[in-house]
Amino acid sequence: MNYHSPASFAEASALAANATGITRFLAGGTDVLVQLRSELVTPETLIDIKKIDGVSDITQNADGSWTLGVAATGAEMSEHPTLGRDWPGVVEAMDLIGSTQIQGRATLTGNLCNGSPAADSVPAMVAAGVTVTVTGPGGDREVAVEDIPTGPGKTSLTKGELISAVHIPARGDNAGDAYLRFIPRTEMDIAVVGAGVSLRLDGDTVTEARVSLGAVAPTVLLVEDCAEAIIGSTLDDTALEALAAAASAACKPIDDKRGTIAFRTEVAGVLAKRAAKIAYARAKGEDL
Amino acid sequence: MALDDRKSDFTFVGTRPNRPDGLDKVTGRAKFGADISAPGMLHGAILRSPHAHARIVKIDTSKAEAHKDVKAVVTRADFSDKVEFKPGLSGEFWNVLENVMASDKALYDGHAVAAVAATSALAARDALKLIEVEYEVLPHVTDVDKAMAPDAPIIREGAADYSVPEGMHPNVVRYHESGHGDVDAGFAEADLVIEDSFATEATHQGYIEPHACMGSLGSDGKGELWCTTQGHWIAQKTCAALLGIETSQLRVTASEIGGGFGGKTTVFIEPVALALSRKANRPVKIVMSRSEVFRATGPTASASMDIKIGMKKDGTITAAQGIFRLQGGAFPGAPGDMTAMCAFAPYNLTNVRQVGYDVMSNRPKQAAYRAPGAPMGAFAVESVLDELCNQLGLDPVDVRLKNAAHEGTKASYGPTYERIGLVETLEAAKAHPHYSAPLKPGQGRGISCGFWFNHGGETSVSLALSEDGSAQVMVGTPDIGGSRASMALMAAEVLGIPYENIRVTVADTATLGYNDVSHGSRVTYASGLATIKAARHAVEQLCARAAASWGIPADAVKWENGCAVPSGPNAGDFDPRPLADITAHMGATGGPISGHFEATPEGAGVSFGTHIVDAEVDPETGKTSITRYTVIQDAGKAIHPTYVEGQYQGGAAQGIGWALNEEYIYGDDGRLQNSIFLDYRIPVASDLPMIDTVIVEVPNPGHPFGVRGVGETGIVPPLAAIANAVSNAAGVRMKQLPMSPPRILAALKDNG
Ligand SMILES: Cc1cc2nc3c(=O)[nH]c(=O)nc-3n(C[C@H](O)[C@H](O)[C@H](O)COP(=O)(O)OP(=O)(O)OC[C@H]3O[C@@H](n4cnc5c(N)ncnc54)[C@H](O)[C@@H]3O)c2cc1C
Repeated sequence: MNYHSPASFAEASALAANATGITRFLAGGTDVLVQLRSELVTPETLIDIKKIDGVSDITQNADGSWTLGVAATGAEMSEHPTLGRDWPGVVEAMDLIGSTQIQGRATLTGNLCNGSPAADSVPAMVAAGVTVTVTGPGGDREVAVEDIPTGPGKTSLTKGELISAVHIPARGDNAGDAYLRFIPRTEMDIAVVGAGVSLRLDGDTVTEARVSLGAVAPTVLLVEDCAEAIIGSTLDDTALEALAAAASAACKPIDDKRGTIAFRTEVAGVLAKRAAKIAYARAKGEDL
Repeated sequence: MALDDRKSDFTFVGTRPNRPDGLDKVTGRAKFGADISAPGMLHGAILRSPHAHARIVKIDTSKAEAHKDVKAVVTRADFSDKVEFKPGLSGEFWNVLENVMASDKALYDGHAVAAVAATSALAARDALKLIEVEYEVLPHVTDVDKAMAPDAPIIREGAADYSVPEGMHPNVVRYHESGHGDVDAGFAEADLVIEDSFATEATHQGYIEPHACMGSLGSDGKGELWCTTQGHWIAQKTCAALLGIETSQLRVTASEIGGGFGGKTTVFIEPVALALSRKANRPVKIVMSRSEVFRATGPTASASMDIKIGMKKDGTITAAQGIFRLQGGAFPGAPGDMTAMCAFAPYNLTNVRQVGYDVMSNRPKQAAYRAPGAPMGAFAVESVLDELCNQLGLDPVDVRLKNAAHEGTKASYGPTYERIGLVETLEAAKAHPHYSAPLKPGQGRGISCGFWFNHGGETSVSLALSEDGSAQVMVGTPDIGGSRASMALMAAEVLGIPYENIRVTVADTATLGYNDVSHGSRVTYASGLATIKAARHAVEQLCARAAASWGIPADAVKWENGCAVPSGPNAGDFDPRPLADITAHMGATGGPISGHFEATPEGAGVSFGTHIVDAEVDPETGKTSITRYTVIQDAGKAIHPTYVEGQYQGGAAQGIGWALNEEYIYGDDGRLQNSIFLDYRIPVASDLPMIDTVIVEVPNPGHPFGVRGVGETGIVPPLAAIANAVSNAAGVRMKQLPMSPPRILAALKDNG
């Protein structure tokens, strides 16, 4: 196994482009090292991106948007004084991952690039409209989070490409987001269903919405029908029922040891409703 | 034992001092199974079958043997039924050997087929990949009902014993039937008869410490074994048999143990380490991964059960019948008989009949798990009782009180009860504020009783006094629940010296006589009884030394508050002689003073408990939370109440896991799908409510201080109590465990 710790993303990209065999980037390592130890994936090349300047920074830009370094951890996000005020849903989704120990290592980018359909931060990022900068041999490109995963364990990144930054849009006024997951226990578990909602209000009426579901299909889903079900409503019962129905209809889940098709389909609707209510309350300025 | 022999007022017993092993454990100084190493030590690793059922056509170990880091490779050919000096193992030893290393067939996913010893753990793991095994995959079965069906693949022809009726599938290997009265007549007298079927999945004991050992065995047949175990004498006996050496030539030391719950009462890796060591001529250490623990060590049995109970409108049970089918993996041993015998044991029944089946399937060999077999039966029986109470509009505690077994009751499984404490636990339940606390909407309450036999077993204890008046006690039962503290308290009580002046050690097999395993809730009872008797033995000698120094007969001296005193005014007027005063001179007055006791005590005293549970079910997701839990159990006499409470709380915590989310999940390929803690869902701390406890004390006539074992009964009621709470909260009877959210949501949907 070869271990590298490049000083720039260009160098990291070049190392990956020239590597043979299985290559992994090492962010927090909470997926990579676990897979290594359990002999699931034994990489030949390990490229540690944590030595690159600025990779742990969390910065609010002049336009109110946010740029997060790819090694910023869950704990650093939760402890940030203002990020969670803007994007409580994204921060709480990241915070659901693992335990205190895991929080000290785990990153948004690792969660996204590991490619698990059940990754917790991903539906929250999709609902929030997060994009990432992909650095590759041909330079940089901007990609929406929902376009990164292509299937369980797979991403759209090509050989030599890696993510070099995470961008969260400016929150703006009268808006809120939320993420909920279903697990049979209270913590240390993997999402059987996840639902992220971000919305904006004009008075009591929803004017913008993005609804995303996790663990109910091979990749995270951005469900237009869910957004349409609540845009223009005051999130009354009829709108909530329509939202739940649209969420359930969008599911393409599997039966496995963690849940059944019927269960995931039903609970996706329930969680979409519950997350929407929280996002709505947050948009109204209620402290949830 | 005569009642007047029994003590009832105590100085030390019943207090709550810190455990003597506490400091070592919190500072990391305590040595557990994997904390051992030795000069020249090698690391062992075990190759396991990826198939649920397969013929082993050929094993080629040559490439592994040729590797520079590999010092030994073993297969079944290296164990005693295949080596010349001890051919033909039989009975349970053969079963254990067959489980430890497969012979002609791999019988379950994870079954050991070969092992290597190499210079590092990583090298050993990599060397396994060099062993080539050719398998012929056979049809498999993992479900108990399917394993009994006529077309089921046969696990092993001829494994059934004499008890199995003609015409049953060869996978049914043992049959039990018992009871009394006429159940048909009883059902005819009932106002309501409910008949229903129930199922539970296999669960693992889930001890936090994986199996680990280091074995060393020379060509002279002398060996040393260090291992995490609930019983090192059984490990000694079994390993010696499996390796064809003399029992006494193998010295076994038990490490500190990180939980066992019954799962460490047998051997898995220990004989393999010794076989590797014998071949490599160096010590070999093996540490299981969690996935190996799940795949290849004992989970409990899974069960399928049919219950029929008749009740009168006033709550009197007129008849009860149960059929219990237990699957215990690819070997005989599923406790179908225990399930049957315990199921109705809490009740005073005129007509009762129970049948138990022990069924083999392609799963790992089941191992004991606290009150083996009893929790499943209680789940089925107590669910039907709850439904009868609901349908007849009766209070579930009152109905159980009305039918409760008491002293003189002929038990459902045969004997007549001595003094027992079931009624007291039910009365305590009724009086407990929990039972009358109002429930919120969406919540339900469940109660259940539970029974376990408890066990005595072979026991040896030795106690030696030091010149400074302190005492050392050697016991042979590994301390899995704070037993060193309890032993010290009992010895302190007899000797009359402070708890802190007594050091209790778990002795190795070379330094004490045979001891049965720490199982059957026997340790505080049996090792405790032996400790008391050994201390009394020492006291007799202390009194004799004092008598000699005073020039009076030994029987004119008695022991009081740690001192020898004249037994009465006629004996003479002498100043009391404290223990330390006598021991200071013991070398010159007759030599060292020790006490011993060896026996197989028979008066373990059965034990009962009653649990009260509140559960809340989210009707939209089927998710359950346990909002309140109270355990009430008869301890006879709580020697160290904190550790008694710990046993009660632990039973409830494990029961919550078993009831709600824990299960062995097999794929269509017969492979275990959830062999890590991520997907084998034991409760995390935040899943549990504060578990309240009530210790009832109805002294056991068979113990000098009245002790009844408490280690197992606590896991008997939870499955049923939780199922009753969940069913009452959800408004639908849950008949299958675990009651995972998908199952509850599906039941709610089916119910409309
Ligand atoms: C005990 C435990 C509990 C967990 N609980 C949860 C949970 O509740 N929810 C959940 O979703 N996950 C959970 N996880 C999984 C894991 O912690 C998360 O997926 C985490 O976010 C991964 O981040 P990381 O930085 O550790 O990733 P790493 O392990 O470092 O990397 C993960 C993957 O991302 C790739 N990668 C990393 N950085 C880049 C980059 N800059 N560009 C391109 N690819 C990159 C790597 O090549 C690798 O394939 C848990 C893990 C453990 C061990």
